[in-house]
Amino acid sequence: MSPPERSFVRGPAWLLVRRRLAQAPLVLLFVLVGAFLLLEAAPGDAVDAYVASLGGDAGFVRELRERWGLDRSAPTRFLLYLAGLATGDLGWSVAFDRPVLAVIAERLPVTLALAGGATLFAFALGTGLGILAGARPQGPLDRILSAAALVLNATPSFWLGLLLALLFAVRLRWLPLAGIETIGAGYSGLVRLLDLARHLVLPVLTLGLVYAALYLRLMRAGMVEAWRSDFVRAARAKGISRRRLVLRHVARNALLPVVTMLGLQSATLVGGSVVVESVFAVPGLGRLAAEAVTQRDFPLLLGILIVSALLVLLVNLLVDLLYARIDPRVELGARTP
Amino acid sequence: MRLTRRCLLASATAPFLLRAGAARSRTPHRGGVLVVAADTEPRNLNPALVASNGVFYVASKVIEPLAEMAYGEPGFTPRLALGWQGSPDGKSFTLRLREGVRFHDGRPFTSADVAYCALELWKKHQNLGRVFFVDLEAVETPDPHTAILRFAAPMPAQLIENALPALTAVVPRHLFEGTDPLANPHNQKLVGTGPFRFVEHRPGQYYRLERNPDYWDAPKPHLDGIVYRVLPDRGAIAAALEAGEIQLAAFSAVPLADMQRLAKLPGIAVIDRGYEGITYLVTVEINHRRKELADVRVRRAIAHAIDPSFVVERIFLGHAKPAIGPIPRFDTRFHTADQPTYPYDPKRAEALLDEAGLPRGPNGVRFSVELLPAPWFEQTRQMGDYLRQALKAVGIEAKLVVKDPAGHQKAVYTDHAFDLAIGSPVYRNDPAISTTILYQGGLPPGVPFSNQYGWADPAMDELIARAARTVHPAERAELYRRFQRIAAEQLPLIPVVEFTFLTVASTRVHGVADNPRWAVSNWAETWLDA
Repeated sequence: MSPPERSFVRGPAWLLVRRRLAQAPLVLLFVLVGAFLLLEAAPGDAVDAYVASLGGDAGFVRELRERWGLDRSAPTRFLLYLAGLATGDLGWSVAFDRPVLAVIAERLPVTLALAGGATLFAFALGTGLGILAGARPQGPLDRILSAAALVLNATPSFWLGLLLALLFAVRLRWLPLAGIETIGAGYSGLVRLLDLARHLVLPVLTLGLVYAALYLRLMRAGMVEAWRSDFVRAARAKGISRRRLVLRHVARNALLPVVTMLGLQSATLVGGSVVVESVFAVPGLGRLAAEAVTQRDFPLLLGILIVSALLVLLVNLLVDLLYARIDPRVELGARTP
Repeated sequence: MRLTRRCLLASATAPFLLRAGAARSRTPHRGGVLVVAADTEPRNLNPALVASNGVFYVASKVIEPLAEMAYGEPGFTPRLALGWQGSPDGKSFTLRLREGVRFHDGRPFTSADVAYCALELWKKHQNLGRVFFVDLEAVETPDPHTAILRFAAPMPAQLIENALPALTAVVPRHLFEGTDPLANPHNQKLVGTGPFRFVEHRPGQYYRLERNPDYWDAPKPHLDGIVYRVLPDRGAIAAALEAGEIQLAAFSAVPLADMQRLAKLPGIAVIDRGYEGITYLVTVEINHRRKELADVRVRRAIAHAIDPSFVVERIFLGHAKPAIGPIPRFDTRFHTADQPTYPYDPKRAEALLDEAGLPRGPNGVRFSVELLPAPWFEQTRQMGDYLRQALKAVGIEAKLVVKDPAGHQKAVYTDHAFDLAIGSPVYRNDPAISTTILYQGGLPPGVPFSNQYGWADPAMDELIARAARTVHPAERAELYRRFQRIAAEQLPLIPVVEFTFLTVASTRVHGVADNPRWAVSNWAETWLDA
């Protein structure tokens, strides 16, 4: 007789979701206060950034500061920002002269496609090669893969990006070098999607390869550890095939730290792609965040931080749910002592 | 006006320059979209409000000024104005405007548009115009093709003429009148009279312009359109040129170190002209509030400690010239070589520092300074590294403090929290537009690229004011020669080198660098091979 099914709304998964949702506003407030204080500590404001690039006289500087509300005290500006936020208004980007929400909405899908694609690629490649390396620790394949992972892990992403660009875009001309679409082509539907995918191949490869090296090393290390476990010895004693032993027992147990890393890596989805977005001219959130800092566009930067904090919360929630699928010993909804 | 062509400093690029020159004699081909690199996306793209090269680079193809600079005499090409004449007393300036010109929305261009722009945009809001047009009282429009600017105080016709290319972009009155000009959507969705119409801007990706079939100078433009691809990484710009994804990169967007390699590639030319009208200087800015630096002997010692030839050869890889004063050589109307100079001479520098009562201490250091290199250019940052070493050689310990643009602007031009800084002011065709402000005293804090150095000399201030009001060109020129001599004697800031930019382009692109402000002009004569 199978155990009674528990509905999602009453089950431990729902408890976890509810608890994370309850924590979210506090996390967001913490992020906002921290970010605002850091930004206030930075020298210069949006008007300084504006006149540094476009010039202006003293009267213009004063007028601009009034127009952008930067003549008010920092606490007043922050309270006004929070009041706006409470009504769902993320504010006005002074650098782009548009609502923050509109600017972010334009860039978020691109970053999700880039970071999501890179994560999937890195996870699949890294764990796959990690299993190959960890299947026979210290074997020739392990040595080759571990050395390659070390080299890749130590490679700066901008340099790797330029190398890939030189090979695939400049020499072979197989792939486009920059941007996310063919300008003025007017593609739509599936053709547009394929065009977008083609443009994202090099940035996804660049971002993904560096993370793949990390996953490979983690997976391999986890498997080396698992080989020494009692349950593996017991499984061996039972005489099960090596293939089954590696995949069902060793690799599965080594997967947990990799999944943990997947969650942690989500926190770098925005920041980690700044360099790759710049090299391949991908208009994503990472580049936008860098521009917001340079332009001292505080509403825009706070908006980006809110979105990225929400993304981190969401991904970590998904990772926790995934834990329970991989390892039944993990109890969802249980409070940590 | 006489403009001398820049000599070719880098021998490696010379053959390619010759090839580009030979191509200019061929018959232009109609058609093709030129794809070029852009590395910034200005918040406000309206040149009537923001007179800046970053804005002009895109906007000058859509929105035109009254006149453009040209090589040779008389130094100008008419655009929206066919001719102009100043009154003998300097209090009025009459413009005869081009007839039959239409804005891209079909409405005719008239003197009312010029009057509106002059009084409501240039004078009230434009970054340079707010100071330049401060005495503009009224604009009379006796007929649709005549505009008379009336000034409260004498304004030299020569000065207004020199300002026409950069300060007089005309946008349609009917789209701006009655609105808040700074919040007008047409500051981004441009409407003008130029050879190209604005189509779209995809932030972070590109600007797209298309040919204006009703351009007043038909059959120009030759191109079907221009696409500005936003490429923030300079290494990627070089790669994009090699891959053929872009055909042109202006404003030395490709690192100088890559230029020689690119110049050797088939199908790519490096072009070393077309920027003389926007010559930049690298300067050492000095905070005179610091006791040691207020002594002219110390400033002269610093000048003697710097080797401009080293800066030219090693930092600019030959693409610059040692500066003689704040007015670049190419402007032969105002530049004078008859001024004190401070050749590289570390021994003389040390002697001057000893004379100023600043001997080397037990550790070999005379005194210490904070040095802030401006982050605008790769070369200004490198100049900071070089200056630190050059000063160390004469016993001055410099601590480098590197900031981003907003931080630098606040530290140097608002808070005056620096001892020495590396600046890069631009010369805009007349000393009164953006050069004398580097020497003028009494300016409030917060004004970028101005005398925030705590230096004030009543004689210099009086000279600057007189030159800006003197109507006769020869007298003006003489006053500016005196200005340069005082600047060189007192050395409130040290001009080190003057430089312009390079354009790297596919040899398929023609009609490049045909005027001294080419990169920021309208590109109506630019064309692509079939």
